[in-house]
Amino acid sequence: MAVTKRAAKPGAKSAPASAEELMAHYRHMLLIRRFEEKAGQMYGMGLIGGFCHLYLGQEAVVVGMQAALKPGDSVITSYRDHGHMLACDMDPKGVMAELTGRIGGYSKGKGGSMHMFSREKGFYGGHGIVGAQVPLGTGLAFAHKYKEDGGVSATYLGDGAVNQGQVYEAFNMAALWRLPAVYVIENNKYGMGTSVERASARTDLYQRGQAYGIPGEQVDGMDVLEVKAAGEKAIAHARGGKGPYILEMMTYRYRGHSMSDPAKYRPKDELARMREEHDPIDRLRAELMEWGVADEAALKAVDKEVKEIVTAAAEFAQNSPEPDPKELYTDVLVEA
Amino acid sequence: MTTTTYREAVRTALREALTRDSRTFLMGEDVGRYGGTYACSKGLIDEFGPERVRDAPLSESAFVGAGIGAAMAGMRPIVEIMTVNFSLLALDQIVNNAATLRHMSGGQFSVPLVIRMATGAGRQVAAQHSHSLECWYAHIPGIRVLAPGTLEDARGMLWTALQDPDPVVIFEHAALYNMEGELPDTAGPVDIERAAVRRPGRDVTLIAFGANLHKAMEAARLLAAEKIEAEVIDLRSLRPLDDATIMASVRKTRRAVVIDEAWRTGSLAAEVSARVMEQAFYDLDAPVGRVCTEEVPIPYPKHLEDAALPQPEKIVAAVKAQLGARA
Repeated sequence: MAVTKRAAKPGAKSAPASAEELMAHYRHMLLIRRFEEKAGQMYGMGLIGGFCHLYLGQEAVVVGMQAALKPGDSVITSYRDHGHMLACDMDPKGVMAELTGRIGGYSKGKGGSMHMFSREKGFYGGHGIVGAQVPLGTGLAFAHKYKEDGGVSATYLGDGAVNQGQVYEAFNMAALWRLPAVYVIENNKYGMGTSVERASARTDLYQRGQAYGIPGEQVDGMDVLEVKAAGEKAIAHARGGKGPYILEMMTYRYRGHSMSDPAKYRPKDELARMREEHDPIDRLRAELMEWGVADEAALKAVDKEVKEIVTAAAEFAQNSPEPDPKELYTDVLVEA
Repeated sequence: MTTTTYREAVRTALREALTRDSRTFLMGEDVGRYGGTYACSKGLIDEFGPERVRDAPLSESAFVGAGIGAAMAGMRPIVEIMTVNFSLLALDQIVNNAATLRHMSGGQFSVPLVIRMATGAGRQVAAQHSHSLECWYAHIPGIRVLAPGTLEDARGMLWTALQDPDPVVIFEHAALYNMEGELPDTAGPVDIERAAVRRPGRDVTLIAFGANLHKAMEAARLLAAEKIEAEVIDLRSLRPLDDATIMASVRKTRRAVVIDEAWRTGSLAAEVSARVMEQAFYDLDAPVGRVCTEEVPIPYPKHLEDAALPQPEKIVAAVKAQLGARA
């Protein structure tokens, strides 16, 4: 197994990155955690409708990857997308207001939880057809290459999506044309309620590009620094004109597939064990203290700041007006 | 005026697009070295290079999806799908992605993509290469659907479609590629909004598009020999439909026959017919007639294929049935 080595062993005496950078990772992960907890509460209160897929537990994946990307790069993902948007520095107010279907949301309320976009932040959605975002992300990579702008596209897909045919059509094209594409497989162990073992003949998903000569690596997706180190390597490969790269992030979602899923298909102790032993936020928090990057007070200040951001986002999302009925007919084709 | 073919008109349009806009590239199966399945892009790879005239692997979903992604990122791709039958492999990308992205991004993203594909029967290529599924695409909000039936439109619709910020699907009937005719030297971009009256008449309106336009024109000639003057309308745009041109004609002639190579059930002929009933019912002297393909998979033997498809004689018979309803 090509498991990456940890950037710094637990118990290392010194921090592997600057204090500022480490604190930014912590803050980003905590923001996603608190945002998703709030979204879950608001869903329970009936303020959010439809599907709502929470990213709780997987925070280290997007935060680590985003830290390895540069402005001008492109990001695209499927429907469990709130964390990706917050990691891209999209405004939590606009994301939460989209969840409540209000005009202040990123898609004016018309996309909902699964469909948000930001041209400014290079975030291309927010897609609901499992696997169908992979050709789109490949097209984004194609555009980077065609324009020669030095950009890379990061396409996220889940362990369920890896069994969709169009993913392999896209892998072949990306390898054939040496496109600057990084495919990030977020293996959270379950595609809806079906475990990887019950869905995939081979479970080493990082090998799925082997037939096309695409290098792949398995990464501890519960460790933000591991993710970032692996992301940097893969992105450098793609940006350097060597073609696509696959990263399989071993991660875990704490909640069910969506808000309506109690997740009874999982072994009883699995969730508790993951939370207690592998939580990405607890882990970094302990390390920050261990390395002397932050003390209890500094971490509490971050907690407070994040809580205020999420509270403000929730308030905005409830106070932003609903879209005018005439919005039903806008944005279908360009308005004359 | 230059004598040319439909195929040559498509090629001229492709060359113009690649020349005028560096963001435009042509991507599809065998569009490059092979020169296009119907030879529409012959020679373009030598002129513009393999980066811009790009042979794609046999992966409709991926290369249509990549075209959509590139369009989101500011390119103006032309994606060629070999035939409408194969486009079913990319239906997910077209219907779920290209058609929805503007709406579900609240107008932040558009998909300025043109998808061209061949359609239609009549060449003895049997049941998996002869479909007319234009109506499936015309069902979908968020895309425009065009059916160039003339040399002018084969030459002129592509550039206008590329200027449109939304996805446009262009259906080229495979039976048209060899069609010869005169094209003015000044031919260029045309509108992609309106239907056209291709032949004026007073007794009945024949509504058709694509290759069936020419069957309708032939039927009109046969009817003229019997002193029945048919007006022929070429729909040109299948989504949106130009109701105004259709209704103006029907109100004048008081009779309509819709000719559509799709199967009758759920066809564009059904849609046009319903609109005429809704908007011009009290102007009609007879129920709207339809000439569609028989509801069978398209057979290989020529006589059976001919029998399955709309033909001028069938159109003439449908018109006479309408006139009989008057008596």
